[in-house]
Amino acid sequence: MGIPFSGQLINMCAALLLLIAFAMLSQRRILSLINLFALQGLILAFSTAVVAYTSNQHHLYTSAALTLLLKAMILPWILHRLIRKLDIKWDVETLFNIPTIMLVGLVLVVFAFNLAAPISQMAGTITKSTLGIAMASVLLSFLMMITRSKAVPQVVGFLAMENGLFFAATSATYGMPMVVELGIALDVLVGMFILGIFFFQIRVAFDSLDLHHMEKLKEN
Amino acid sequence: MTYSALFLQLMQNVLVLLAAPLLLGWINQCRAWLQNRSGAGVLQPYRNLVKLFHKDAVLAHNASTLFRAMPYILFTCMWLAAALVPVLATDLPLSPAVDVIALVGIFALARVFISLAAMDIGTAFGSLGARREMLVGFLAEPALLMVLFTASTISQSTSLITIVETLAHKHFVLYPSMTFAAVAFVMVMLAENARIPVDNPATHLELTMIHEAMVLEYSARHLALVEWASALKLLAYMTIGIALFVPWGIAEGGNWSALPLAVVLLLLKLALGGAGLAFIEAVSAKMRIFRVPEFMGTAFLLAVLGLLTHFLLES
Repeated sequence: MGIPFSGQLINMCAALLLLIAFAMLSQRRILSLINLFALQGLILAFSTAVVAYTSNQHHLYTSAALTLLLKAMILPWILHRLIRKLDIKWDVETLFNIPTIMLVGLVLVVFAFNLAAPISQMAGTITKSTLGIAMASVLLSFLMMITRSKAVPQVVGFLAMENGLFFAATSATYGMPMVVELGIALDVLVGMFILGIFFFQIRVAFDSLDLHHMEKLKEN
Repeated sequence: MTYSALFLQLMQNVLVLLAAPLLLGWINQCRAWLQNRSGAGVLQPYRNLVKLFHKDAVLAHNASTLFRAMPYILFTCMWLAAALVPVLATDLPLSPAVDVIALVGIFALARVFISLAAMDIGTAFGSLGARREMLVGFLAEPALLMVLFTASTISQSTSLITIVETLAHKHFVLYPSMTFAAVAFVMVMLAENARIPVDNPATHLELTMIHEAMVLEYSARHLALVEWASALKLLAYMTIGIALFVPWGIAEGGNWSALPLAVVLLLLKLALGGAGLAFIEAVSAKMRIFRVPEFMGTAFLLAVLGLLTHFLLES
């Protein structure tokens, strides 16, 4: 076990991110879901800062600060505001068969770990072993978007997927170029605003935020 | 086998036997404090045991030998399990006889007998409790095995002594896998010891009880042994948790000079663990029986994730 302490810390953060991804998968309450998302952003920012400190990559500090500001504060705040305005703060979603969803998630994790194994062997970064976890979180967020029918949890799933991608970029190549990162951050923020407006429009049109109603729009 | 090792083993046997009701009393006391009650004192389980041993046993007419033998079998299994886990010193002559898989087997043996005895009388409650116990048990067992396997892969042995020695010897290392395993283990411990999110140890409400339903027909010395065995089981689980996740301070080999410190540390860890358990019970509500598979499924998932992250991050 020749992993230095910072490496252990990063591995720990990765493990926590995986745990949060599973918690989000099985969380029924919208409010807790958003809090989990904020926690995910916080851990992501912390682990990015640790990577920055260990590898002396100064631009990663900026990414960490950006992550903290955007994903741990602004986006959860917007989501909190949204669910308060939409009056769905205490909404509980009916999820069927959580153990099955969890088992599918477990299969996805094994798949992601196997997929990432050859890539991490070639990478030279301190974070190489966390790539599998990053891919697993992306896949788990996918799964979450598939299993949810309400609009807000789907959007949270989408944002969580972006978090997973960011983590993958950090662990594989020490982050993306600054321009790309800023662009994505702006995209996510603007996307969140647009989706927030969509929520209201969907509710006006269907009187519900259940996206299954949208299937009626199909022409047979 | 040296005399010193033999003496250590005997000391641990006596110690777990006497400490088990104390741990139960401490947990109940903590729970009472958290609920703003004054509580019955930490010695209450001993008083209960003395009271029950002094009473005359009442048996149902159709009780078979199995029913009468069960408390003794249960008590022996739990005493054995609690005596095998290295908590004070790692030089225990009995411990090599049983590795972690056999330890789970001992728990399973006790479970089989308690369920059989519950159905032996033929009351509705007994078989109801036995069924529920089996439901919880078959879900908890794989999770427990996975937790133990995670520790085994780290120390590359299934012997408890080797596991404890490896984990206690190493420098402080953050094991993500052991973190997952610890959470899973706490969930399994709550379920297996009939604690609150799964079962309520204080209730006799027919719709919710699991463990109490099975031992409803027992009285006097039989009941005393069953309750003592439950306390021993709780202690055994606590000490397994301590051995796996916070093994520091154990007297390695037959090191007598480290023993006093080990005893103090063990008592401290048990007190903290008991208070933590009481806290978990105070803040959580008992869940529906149909939610239990979900709860245990989560425990299993966490344990498997622990194993997977071990291979990904730590190898």
